Amino acid sequence: MIQARIRKQYAAGPDSAGFSLDLEFRAAAGVTVLFGSSGAGKTLALDSIAGFVRPDEGRILLDDEILFDGAAGVHLAPRARHCGYVFQNYALFPHMTLRQNLEFAVERAPRLGRHRQVTEMLEKFHLSDVAGRRPYQLSGGQKQRCSIARALIGAPRLLLLDEPGRGLDAPLKAEFYSVLRQVRQEFGTPMLLVTHDTGECAALADEMVVLREGRAVQSGTPRKVFEQPANVDVARLFGLYNLLQVEIRSLDPGRNASRLRYQDFELTGPYFPGRLIGDQVWLFVRPDRLSVAPRNGRPAFNQIPATLLRTVEKIECLRLEFSGGIGVDVPVGESEKYSGVKDWAIEFPSQDLRIL
Amino acid sequence: MPPGASIDWFPLWLSLRVAAISTALALAVGLWLAWTLANRTFRGKEVLDAAVTLPLVLPPTVLGYYLLVLLGRASPIGQLYEWLFGGPLVFTWQAAVVASLFHSTPLLVKSARAAFESVDRSYERAARNLGATELRLFWRVTLPLVRRSVLAAAALAFARSLGDFGVTLMIAGNIPGRTQTVSIAIYDAVEGGNGAAARLMVLIVSALALAILTLANRLTSNPFGPRQTAL
Repeated sequence: MIQARIRKQYAAGPDSAGFSLDLEFRAAAGVTVLFGSSGAGKTLALDSIAGFVRPDEGRILLDDEILFDGAAGVHLAPRARHCGYVFQNYALFPHMTLRQNLEFAVERAPRLGRHRQVTEMLEKFHLSDVAGRRPYQLSGGQKQRCSIARALIGAPRLLLLDEPGRGLDAPLKAEFYSVLRQVRQEFGTPMLLVTHDTGECAALADEMVVLREGRAVQSGTPRKVFEQPANVDVARLFGLYNLLQVEIRSLDPGRNASRLRYQDFELTGPYFPGRLIGDQVWLFVRPDRLSVAPRNGRPAFNQIPATLLRTVEKIECLRLEFSGGIGVDVPVGESEKYSGVKDWAIEFPSQDLRIL
Repeated sequence: MPPGASIDWFPLWLSLRVAAISTALALAVGLWLAWTLANRTFRGKEVLDAAVTLPLVLPPTVLGYYLLVLLGRASPIGQLYEWLFGGPLVFTWQAAVVASLFHSTPLLVKSARAAFESVDRSYERAARNLGATELRLFWRVTLPLVRRSVLAAAALAFARSLGDFGVTLMIAGNIPGRTQTVSIAIYDAVEGGNGAAARLMVLIVSALALAILTLANRLTSNPFGPRQTAL
């Protein structure tokens, strides 16, 4: 279990804006993802835990050991922290073979055990055949597996991964995810992974911490966070939702209902506890929860008229993009149905409406 | 060259010996300086950097004069040397080594510093993360990564030592058979009207320098397969 409270301030320079990281989070077993856009401070947090960066203040605890304590002046050297680190560029030593790369990590272990350990690790990660090759002679997947094997061979208490999926094509990403699942099963090492990719987050994370401008703005399981983002900024980070500014016109806890005003239209939603009539709020709804119908005269209950601007083919669905920034996901293969017709009515299912 | 006169090869051997020893010393001192300048932040770094570069821009006579004052028989360092080795340092071949050292180290430091700075920081971070001490990181990771550049820098330093004239003349003098290096011997030969000897030595020195530069260029290309980046 890692518990971290990290404060780090960078003053603005002539060619750089200032930045301040003020972050508090904890991560237990499994995979915890630090999620945020670039510049949110994710890698800085990871580097502070690894000991590459010394925070100004705070405290970092790994299990029972203090890695950093600003008040007590404790700042363990990276080599004393027992945190494996998988670098974004793998950082495999180019002048060593794959086996030598792994041996480097266990040089302090007794010679006999060392050889066995390396051989076992090479086998586990299917690298035995290429153990004598240099990194530049390996495929992307092999390099990736080697960097994970090298980080794990010293039996770290925590594995840190810095944007490991960045720049990988789809098959490599899939392979990488399966390697991480294998690591979770076979090694049980807790992992802290940094990413800005929602797909990666959904595929790997047990828990996620959302970072924005150096602060943790939300944490929880990916399902919970994606379903109910803490605020409109978090929702925008995911790029998932239709965000509409609405006014609450009525609230009825008895019938679990509310009426919301969006431009000139009224929508019925569920009851929103803790809100008042007249509140201006952001309404969001997932694009796959919306449906569309051809527009005939006045829109029906919970429908809003909209003009279809374009359709975008995606692998898993067809995205219809409407005026007002509304997106609707419909099954693939229905594109003909939407070509040529511009005017549609979008139906908002009451129980799927969320507000921020 | 008058018929029957033979060429004195001593200056060439002396130059090679002086250059070899001073390059070895320059490697020890220069690598440490280059690594410090590339990796450490400390007060006075700019001054140290400038001081290391100074011999590159100062006239050799000025550098020679400083060394003469610093290492002369009246100076504390000169006296210490005399007490330790039983004879003065100035006007010996060892003084020529010191002259070469000051003449060539700045070049080595400049090239080696650039090489150290070009090493991807993630390799060093990875090594530290994998339990390496700073010393092991240097010997096992940083130095092997830059070894070709460092060898090239050493080759350049060797070539520069071979060509030193002014500083050597100032502190080692021009004693034939004892401190006369090849560049001074060439000057002497030209002055003395021995054109043939001068021509031969000029050709040998030029060929040596050309060979060393070619070697240095080869060393700095294609270090670890097609790419040296971390990927």
